[in-house]
Amino acid sequence: MSDHTWPLYEVFVRPRRGLNHVHVGSLHAPDDRMALLAARDLYTRRNEGVSLWVVRSAAITASTPDERDPFFEPSGDKVYRHPTFYDIPEDVPHI
Amino acid sequence: MTTDDHVYLTLAEGDHEAEARWAYGTGFADPLLGVDTTVPPDVDGADLSLYCQLLGDDALILAQRLIEWCTKAPELEEEVALANLGLDLLGQARLLLSRAGQADGTGRTEDDFAYWRAEHEFRNVRLVELDNGDFAFSIARLLLFATARRALYQRLAAASPDPVLAAVAARGVKELAYHQEYAAAWTVRLGDGTAYSAARMQAGLDAVWPLLDELFTAHEAELRLGLDPAELREPVLAELAAVLAEAELTVPTAGPLARIGGKAGREGVHTEALGPLLAELQSVAREHPGATW
Repeated sequence: MSDHTWPLYEVFVRPRRGLNHVHVGSLHAPDDRMALLAARDLYTRRNEGVSLWVVRSAAITASTPDERDPFFEPSGDKVYRHPTFYDIPEDVPHI
Repeated sequence: MTTDDHVYLTLAEGDHEAEARWAYGTGFADPLLGVDTTVPPDVDGADLSLYCQLLGDDALILAQRLIEWCTKAPELEEEVALANLGLDLLGQARLLLSRAGQADGTGRTEDDFAYWRAEHEFRNVRLVELDNGDFAFSIARLLLFATARRALYQRLAAASPDPVLAAVAARGVKELAYHQEYAAAWTVRLGDGTAYSAARMQAGLDAVWPLLDELFTAHEAELRLGLDPAELREPVLAELAAVLAEAELTVPTAGPLARIGGKAGREGVHTEALGPLLAELQSVAREHPGATW
C-alpha cells in the first residue's frame, strides 16, 4: 500500500426524511467532493440513506476520556433534568 | 426510547413493508414493472435482439474488467467504488441480455448469453475488453464509455423503438451519470495534479482514444432500428473536451484503431484481451453446467 497522505473524513448518513444525520464511519479521500463520492459508494449502496454529510475528522473537536468525570458524571443523579414526567403521545415518532 | 443513535438500527423501526429498506429486501424497484414486454409489431425481433446484445455485451465485459480491480485498487475506497460501478453495469447487462433472448423468440436466458457463447459471438466494442492497465487507463476508459453510454441511454429513454429498452435506459441514465462524474472527477484530479500524475493520465487517455470511434460506428442492425450512434459523436466529443480542458489535458489526435477486414467488436472480431477474460468469466458455469446456489 501507498503511504497514506489522504486526510480522514467522518461520514454522516440521514436514513430517512425526518431523522437526523447519524455518524456511520470514516474514510480517506483526497478532497471534500471525492470524500462525498466515496461515502456514497461505501455507506449508501444498500439504500441506507437519503442524504450524506462528510466532514474532515480534523475539524471535529472532541472530549477526551480524561474529561469524562467533570463532563458527564454530574448528570448521573439529576433525575429532575429528564423529561420523564410527561406522557408522550404514541403517534409522535422519533423522540 | 431513542434508537436512531445508529443509522442501521433505525432500519429496524417501523413498517418494514412500507419502507424501502435493504435489510428486509424491500424497496427494490423493478425497472420493468408495468412495462409491456411484447415486441412492438413494427420492430424486427432479430434486430432488436442483436441491438440488446451489443449494449448488453458492452456492459457485461466492462463490468468484468471493473470488478477485476477488487484487491488491486490503489486505495480501499476506490476498490469499493470501482466494484460498485461494475455491479451497476452487470445489472444493465442482465436486463439487456434477458431482453435479447425474449426479442428473438429463442428464449435464451442471460446466462445462456453470458456463459455459453464463444468469443466471436460477443458483440462488445473493443474499448471495454482491453486489460485494465494502470488506474489512469481504467479511468480514461470509464470516462469515454460512461460519457458515450449515458448519451445513448438518454436518447433511448426518450425515443426507443422498444418500451423495455426505454425502461432499461431510463434507469441506466442515472447510473451512468454517476459513473461519468466519478471518472471525470479522477481525470481532473490526476490531470490537474502533479506533473507525474498528469503524464500518466494523458498516457491512459492516449491509449484508449483510438477505441472511442467504435462506439459511434453503426452496426447494420442499429441502422435498421433507426438508431445511428454516429449522431452521438459530436455531443459526446464536446462533453469529453470540456472535462479534458478542466483537467488541463490534451485531446488526443490519434485516429481510430484499424478494423480487421472491415470488422471490429460489433461483428465479433476482438483483440487478444477478450479470450482470457471470457475464460475466467465462463469457467465456473462451464465446469458445473446448470448449477444453482
